[in-house]
Amino acid sequence: MLKDLVGIKDISKGDIESVLDTASSFKDVLKRDIKKVPALRGKTAVNLFFEPSTRTRTSFELAEKRLSLDVVNIAATTSSLVKGESLIDTALNVQALGADFIIIRHPSSGSPHLLSRHVRASVINAGDGINEHPTQALLDAFTIKEKMGGIEGLSIAIVGDILHSRVAKSNSYLLTKFGAEVRLIGPPTLVPRDLESLGVKVFHDMEGGLRDVDVVMMLRIQMERQDKGFFPSTLEYSRYWGLTAERLLKAKKEAIVMHPGPMNRGVEIASEIADSERSVILDQVTNGLAVRMAVMYLLGGVRE
Amino acid sequence: MKIIIKNGRIIDPSQDMDGIGDIHIENGKITKIVVRRNGETEKRRAGKTEGPNGKSVEGNAEGHSVAESPRQREIDAAGLFVMPGLIDMHTHLREPGFEYKETIKTGTAAAVKGGFTAVCAMPNTNPVNDNSSVTDFIIRKAIQEGACTVYPIGAITRGQKGEELAEMGIMFGEGCVAFSDDGRPVMNSQIMRRALEYSRSFNVPIISHCEDLNLSEGGVMNEGLLSVTLGLRGIPAEAEETMIARDIALAGLARGRLHIAHVSTRGSVRLVREAKERGMDITAETCPHYFSAGEKAVLGYNTNAKVNPPLRTEEDMEAIKLGLKDGTIDVIATDHAPHHRDEKLMEFDHAPFGISGLETALGLSLRLVEEGVLTVGQLVKKMALNPARILGLNKGTLRSGSDADITIVDLKKEFSVKAEEFASKGKNTPFDGWILKGTPVLTMCKGKIYE
Amino acid sequence: MTKELLNKKDIERILSRMAHEIVEKNKGTSNLCIVGIQRGGVHLAERLSKKIKEIEDRDIQVGSLDIAFYRDDLSIRKEQPTVRQTSVPFEITDKKVVLVDDVLFTGRSIRAAMDALMDFGRPAQIQLAVLLDRGHRELPIRADYVGKNIPTSRAESVEVQLEEDGLEDAVLIVSPEKDA
Repeated sequence: MLKDLVGIKDISKGDIESVLDTASSFKDVLKRDIKKVPALRGKTAVNLFFEPSTRTRTSFELAEKRLSLDVVNIAATTSSLVKGESLIDTALNVQALGADFIIIRHPSSGSPHLLSRHVRASVINAGDGINEHPTQALLDAFTIKEKMGGIEGLSIAIVGDILHSRVAKSNSYLLTKFGAEVRLIGPPTLVPRDLESLGVKVFHDMEGGLRDVDVVMMLRIQMERQDKGFFPSTLEYSRYWGLTAERLLKAKKEAIVMHPGPMNRGVEIASEIADSERSVILDQVTNGLAVRMAVMYLLGGVRE
Repeated sequence: MKIIIKNGRIIDPSQDMDGIGDIHIENGKITKIVVRRNGETEKRRAGKTEGPNGKSVEGNAEGHSVAESPRQREIDAAGLFVMPGLIDMHTHLREPGFEYKETIKTGTAAAVKGGFTAVCAMPNTNPVNDNSSVTDFIIRKAIQEGACTVYPIGAITRGQKGEELAEMGIMFGEGCVAFSDDGRPVMNSQIMRRALEYSRSFNVPIISHCEDLNLSEGGVMNEGLLSVTLGLRGIPAEAEETMIARDIALAGLARGRLHIAHVSTRGSVRLVREAKERGMDITAETCPHYFSAGEKAVLGYNTNAKVNPPLRTEEDMEAIKLGLKDGTIDVIATDHAPHHRDEKLMEFDHAPFGISGLETALGLSLRLVEEGVLTVGQLVKKMALNPARILGLNKGTLRSGSDADITIVDLKKEFSVKAEEFASKGKNTPFDGWILKGTPVLTMCKGKIYE
Repeated sequence: MTKELLNKKDIERILSRMAHEIVEKNKGTSNLCIVGIQRGGVHLAERLSKKIKEIEDRDIQVGSLDIAFYRDDLSIRKEQPTVRQTSVPFEITDKKVVLVDDVLFTGRSIRAAMDALMDFGRPAQIQLAVLLDRGHRELPIRADYVGKNIPTSRAESVEVQLEEDGLEDAVLIVSPEKDA
């Protein structure tokens, strides 16, 4: 395994499998009364978040605590970055304080890659710009495996703002590595055609795209995209690309519905779907903890 | 002092000259040029050179020796190429205002190290060179501290804001040789039309940085599959091409002199070619990085490969080479854009655009000769004669009577690009570690020798 | 150089004796459970439970424990750890737990296993059964049931092969090749 987890694109299937296997052991740990193991006792994790995030940060923080890591949270609004300190200087300072893990979320793509070249600590990408969100893809894969028994051969639709979605990108890399058919659905302004050369299929209509899929993964639609002219209004977006009970009928009967959260109920997903038996959205949240523990546990061991 | 450059292979496209001979220099001017043999036949006599009296002497391809006396200096250029000093019509010297990136002193030192004897300073300094006092400052500073000649380029509009025309006439009088809002396109078509019209009064070119800012908004690299997979916002080729199309149309309307800066795409080459075929009086330049490196250079979020226009695809690189070969592209300019290392040591989105290009331009361009795209004569035309003609300079030639601006190049000598050893303050190059063939071994500016 | 220390028959006899000792010491099987440490200990725990059933005619609960998350050598290990299954599907609080491992060496695995076990509950007692004790302890840990004591040097390695892993039952001792 590597020192860092900066993306799914450049890691092997074997590395991913090793995370998923280890995560299932951690999931067992999370079912116990004592949900904590001493695996990384004495080590320190710093959550360096340059974008507001409650769920990802909370998930990382809990995962860290359950591995017995000491945890420090740094949010951009309170950091020296706003005072003009460079990202590398911020990271080097964090490292000088003894961080063994730096979990970074940053609005600029490639920021975790930049850090990984300058610090000895293990860098984990918690979302960079419009590039990748590797732990989300890992937890989605874990959830799909858990619910569907495997990934290979499944048809998986990812619906929404693919262009700006790091979740969609990390998932596309991972799922195609595992032999799933990935369909990306959304308006042409938000689904780059170029992606087809990565081995995914692009659809601009829900009816065609959802036909006979095993998994429907909905993405959060950002309201600010409306202002940039990617679509005229959320109302119109939801009319064409929102997931409704009727549209879900196109998918297989046993198809599951996923969403990385936070959801815009009534925009990209109808409440009746989000709260239905088909939805595994809360399983995703639980599995996120186990997967993040596995990633840190596996990265935490190897030093040259 | 008298200087004689002896036995070099003299290439001077202004006189269709390619031959072995001597150049005599006195008081900073070329006084006499003697060519004994055709250069092409010389090429075939591998290893051996004949002395001036027909006596056979051992070839000295490796280096050049200098014989010195108080009044006369002889430079033995046997085995070397002697050409007019290169002229870079697109340089950012950063002074005044950004001296931490580059100064006139360090920028011109980099220029002569790279074989250039004149550079044209773009106006995006602080303050912007949009008035004659800045122009005057640059010229004076260059005379005091500069290693080579510096020609200022004035801003088209005040503050490069694209709103009101700057005082082009007064700046022209002070020494500006062209006008450009380089770094920022003039988005308002009416203003661009006026600039192309008004500049005709002084017969100076308008150098256009062609970019539709709405299309390129937020972009940091070439738009395509690679930008999607790196999660970086793209600048489509069309952001450049739509503006080139507009400017060609406006140049026709205004009957002005349009020079298109840093052409980077296949579509741009096609637009310029078509315009020239229609007989329009426009010229165009590209930069060494657009035919030497593709978009893949940004892999790993390498900010040293972040440049605007961005590095493009293999097909674009091929089209640029073809455009150079068939004469569509007139000039190879560096777009030398030095930055401080701290600025490039940032997130890709936040790092500034630009490549420090003066010290690699000749070596990269000579690869075109190696590949058979250009002859040495054509290359000299694109890097010396054409810039001089476009800007109306009495340079880029070895005719007797002209300034002794001469570059001597060892075409066989390889060098490894070492950014840390650049004379420029800007170490920002994606070519660090490249092995280039063709080293400028001596640069002479108005008779002054830099070795 | 590889030397066979115990063969299939030897192992069979040793395990029978250990089963008897466990039953004897605990005066039967009431309140008793067995937990094997991954990997070798798990198979031995299963075998011991079968033998105890033969003796007492009562089923005894068996669990498996992976101690990867409790090890103290995470930052000095050279290879990626493989995490195996932990399955203790019964309550251990107030039970007597017999921990089973194949080889007792430094004692660090046992320390980790006890920590792991404690996170499942509060056993009344933990006992330790090992097939082999090769010495070189680094912690004050002693087994309650020892199959065989074997003097080894630190440089040697002891391999326990079991049928459950598709091999012939045997205990091998491997000495590093010495230069002539």
